[in-house]
Amino acid sequence: MSESRVIEPLIEGKQTYETITEQISSVVSKQKEHPKAWFAMFLIGFFLVNMLLVSVTYLIYKGIGIWGNNQPVAWSFDIINFVWWIGIGHAGTLISAILLLLKQEWRTSINRFAEAMTIFAVMCAGMYPLLHTGRPWVAYWLFPYPNILAMWPQFRSPLIWDVFAVSTYMTVSILFWYVGLVPDLATLRDRLVFKPARYLCGMLSLGWRGAASHWKRYEAAYIVLAGLSTPLVLSVHSIVSFDFAVSLLPGWQTTIFPPYFVAGAVYAGFAMVLTFMVPLRALYKIENLVTMRHIDWMCKIMLTTGLIVFYGYIMEVFYAWYSANPFEQYLMHNRWYGPYAWAYWLLIFCNGVVPQILWSKKMRHHLPTVFVISLVVGLGMWLERFIIIPVSLHRDFLPSSWGMYTPTVWDFGLFFGTIGFFIMMMFLFIRFVPMISIFEVRELWYRMSHRKKHAEPVKVGVNE
Amino acid sequence: MSHEEAAAPQVYGMVAEFESPDQLLEAAKRAKEAGYRKIEGYSPFPVHGLAEAVGCNDNRVPWIIFGCGVLGAIIGLSLQYYVSVVDYPLNVGGRPLFSWPHFVPVIFECTVLLAAFGAVFGMFGLNGLPRPHHPVFNAPGFLRASQDRFFLAIEAEDPRYDPEEIRRFMVSLGASSIAEVDCE
Repeated sequence: MSESRVIEPLIEGKQTYETITEQISSVVSKQKEHPKAWFAMFLIGFFLVNMLLVSVTYLIYKGIGIWGNNQPVAWSFDIINFVWWIGIGHAGTLISAILLLLKQEWRTSINRFAEAMTIFAVMCAGMYPLLHTGRPWVAYWLFPYPNILAMWPQFRSPLIWDVFAVSTYMTVSILFWYVGLVPDLATLRDRLVFKPARYLCGMLSLGWRGAASHWKRYEAAYIVLAGLSTPLVLSVHSIVSFDFAVSLLPGWQTTIFPPYFVAGAVYAGFAMVLTFMVPLRALYKIENLVTMRHIDWMCKIMLTTGLIVFYGYIMEVFYAWYSANPFEQYLMHNRWYGPYAWAYWLLIFCNGVVPQILWSKKMRHHLPTVFVISLVVGLGMWLERFIIIPVSLHRDFLPSSWGMYTPTVWDFGLFFGTIGFFIMMMFLFIRFVPMISIFEVRELWYRMSHRKKHAEPVKVGVNE
Repeated sequence: MSHEEAAAPQVYGMVAEFESPDQLLEAAKRAKEAGYRKIEGYSPFPVHGLAEAVGCNDNRVPWIIFGCGVLGAIIGLSLQYYVSVVDYPLNVGGRPLFSWPHFVPVIFECTVLLAAFGAVFGMFGLNGLPRPHHPVFNAPGFLRASQDRFFLAIEAEDPRYDPEEIRRFMVSLGASSIAEVDCE
């Protein structure tokens, strides 16, 4: 891409600071004009959350025997969904942190949304390990603290690394999101008419007044938070992959797992951002802020990470052959021709074949296609974890200890329940919090209009 | 109660309103050149160079973050050392108790966690936030400082503080309005 080419702008239409502020904050301030579709989506989420509550209640009452987990498949939906959700969360951190460090200005209109997605996805992910312990009321045993049992966690196990990684990730994601939100809460405090809401925003904005010295420290802290989040997000999914890679099981013990898991996480996460953003930008009429350019670039990242993931699948086949290990080779044979072969080939179709459509610019600009592909990728990434976890476990070394795995209605109840929780939280966020960072869009607008004054083409996304 | 009746409301300073970030930046630079020392700019988004123009050269935030990060690493390492070597040693096939490569992930997570706390609490702490009330909020039209207007304040503590002179000076720089603001 040559730098002199004029690229479509990232903010469309004739804008002022006021129109930008009004457009984004009116979603929150004009509650009576909220689109009806919001209620439909909220109700779907609310219904599924009730299903989640029933599933969790019965689980705690009865124990994890209500799931399909068995011997030899001791890990299944609980870990599949944990890895799936946490992967979805990673796109938020990638957009907000890595793209900030790379000075990608187009992140500005999607980062708030993606960060919120991260937080809710990590909440969903966190439920699974807690419930999977079987006794969630003693989940605090996971943390190292002096206790009368005289017991400590085993720090040489990736499972305790997971505890540290996921809880740090959750905390840092919330801090990052909140710090980004403070100046916008100050804007809402100064704009809202409804008094209790103004007081609430006033308290939450901590009395932010936009002083120059404050902005200076703010930006210093924000960029370092981005610098901290970047290795953090890579470490979280690497550690998640160590849960598998450190074991001796065929199909799990491969060195490619950490990078392949991280790429898969970003892939699923961008798919989820697109799943939400494509309908939302039409529903809330923010097409001028989340432009076709944004959709196009997100599709390209999805395609790139999809190719890395597909490379991972090819390498797994290569490892199986090159290892000359009969167990590894049988694993691959079992994936291709075994009882779960349909899942493997569906995975290849979802993650390997379908995303290739995105090579075409015409298709990247055709929103229904993008939406469908994003759903297919979401399914594909779920199947990937299904292939890795139960399919590797159900036939390992000794044929005498082989078995089959079938999920029960409670497995699905919990899974769809967390999807409902995610939908409900996302729609609450969209309604009550500015879903696009107002001050960053203002700043971007200022920089873009400045460049126009100097008769330069708007070079968005190109390093300055 | 009693001292309130005695003293007249204290003055915070002169607050001028500008319509664009470029005007504000220019005004801040000129005010600095003119010899004012207690000045502060207010803008709805970060304006680059403004902090330096109003004389803020505070680079403590990155050092606080660094300090917290180092502290996190020390806590992470010493926790694991104490647990694995001192208090709960497990002999696994004669392998060393201080198997430090296994401790790296937790050390890393502790470093990031404390550094992030340092970034957020250090930044808000140095900014003096949370502080729900500040005299500058009394400036007319200051609600727009979080939306689309840009303000420059010259505080009463400035040794060269003279309301009339500042008024003339700010008008000459293109301020759309200017007012003396009380602390109360």
